[in-house]
Amino acid sequence: MVTFVLNGLEISVEKGTTILEAARFYGIGIPTLCYNEALSPYGACRLCLVEIGVPPRSRLVTSCTYEATEGLVVRTHSERVVKTRQMLIEMYLATCPSSKVIQDLASKHHVTRVRFRQKQEECILCGLCVRMCEEQMQAGAIGYTGRGDSRRISTFFDKKSEDCRFCGGCQYICPACQARCQGPQEKEAVCNACLNLAPPCLEHFDHVMCYMDPCVACEEKSGREPRKTCCK
Amino acid sequence: MARKQPAKGPFNLDLSLERNKGALIAILYDIQEHYRYLPEDVLKELAQKIGKPLIEIYRVATFYKLFSLKQRGRHQLKVCTGTACHVRGSERLVEEISKSLCVCRGETSADGEYSLDTVNCLGACALGPLVEVDGEYHGNTTPQSLKTILEKLKSGENKE
Repeated sequence: MVTFVLNGLEISVEKGTTILEAARFYGIGIPTLCYNEALSPYGACRLCLVEIGVPPRSRLVTSCTYEATEGLVVRTHSERVVKTRQMLIEMYLATCPSSKVIQDLASKHHVTRVRFRQKQEECILCGLCVRMCEEQMQAGAIGYTGRGDSRRISTFFDKKSEDCRFCGGCQYICPACQARCQGPQEKEAVCNACLNLAPPCLEHFDHVMCYMDPCVACEEKSGREPRKTCCK
Repeated sequence: MARKQPAKGPFNLDLSLERNKGALIAILYDIQEHYRYLPEDVLKELAQKIGKPLIEIYRVATFYKLFSLKQRGRHQLKVCTGTACHVRGSERLVEEISKSLCVCRGETSADGEYSLDTVNCLGACALGPLVEVDGEYHGNTTPQSLKTILEKLKSGENKE
C-alpha cells in the first residue's frame, strides 16, 4: 500500500495505482479526453493534469500515467491546474469545434471564448481509435503516420486495410466523431448552450436534450422533480 | 555509406533479421540500402516475419525522413538548407541542381537516375553551403564548383 496526500486528504491505495484511478475512486472528478478504462493510458490530451509537490517546486503531470508514490502531495484542482485545463480546452475548441465531447468539456469548465485561429480539424490525435483497434479488437489496422504537423491516423500505405474487420470500434470511441448538438449556435466556435439558464434545446427538440450532466435549468423550467439525467 | 552501386541479387530478409536481432529500424535501413526505397511487398513480408501489425512498420517508415516509400534515384543528392547553409545561398544550389538534372526537390528524375532532397542540417555548418552527393560531402559549394560536381556525376554515369 502507498499512502499519499490527495487534496489535503491522506489516502492509501494499492501500489501501482495511478493518481487518476485513486482520485476517481475517492470521488474526485478529473476531466479526461484520451483516457478510457479499457485501454492503456496514453497521456496525450493532457486534460487530466494535476499538480504534484509543494509550490514553488510543484509541477504538472498527467494523472492517468503517473503512479502514486509514498508521501506524494497531489492537488487536482489548484488554480494552476484549472487555468491550464481551461487553456487546453480552449485550444481543443480552436482545433475541433464540431466535437460534442469538446463542447461539453468547454461548458463544464466554463470556457466561453476562443482566442486562437479557428480550425476545423476532424482529428485531435488522442489515439483512442489506435489503442481501441490494437488492444480491444486485436486488429492493429490503423495507426499514426508521419510526424510533427503532418502526423495523422492512417492505414498501411493509406489503403484499405486487410486487418480491418469493420467493427466500427474506432468510430465508437472517437471523441471528434460525435457531432455536437445542432443548436442555434452551431456556427459559433463555442456552443455553451448548456451554460445558459434557459437552454434553447427545449424549444427546438421535444424528445431529446443535451446529454450533459444534469443542468438545473431544464428542471426549473419544466417544474418537475430533478432527474439524474436531464436528457432522453 | 557506399551506396553508389545498386545492390545485386535478391534481398535476403532472413539474414537481415538475424543480423539485426529483429531491430526494426536497422532492418528497414537494410531494405532501403538494397532497393533504394521501401517496397510495399517487402514490408508486408517483414511484418509477417516479425509478427507485428503492418501499420507499426508503416508508422516507423513514415516517421523518419531517411526512409522513402517511393523509388529513389541511382544517385542521391542532398542539399543542406539549415540556417548556416541557407544564408550562404543553398537555395540557389537547389535551383541549379533542379535545372541541370531535371529533377524537382524531394523527387526523382524521370529517368530514375537522380533524386534531389533538401535536408535541414548535415552537421557541418562551417562548411556551408553543403551538398551531399551519394554520401560524399562537398563543402563551400558555389554554383561554379557545383557545375564541376554535377559534370563529374554525369560523366561517371556515362562511363558505366
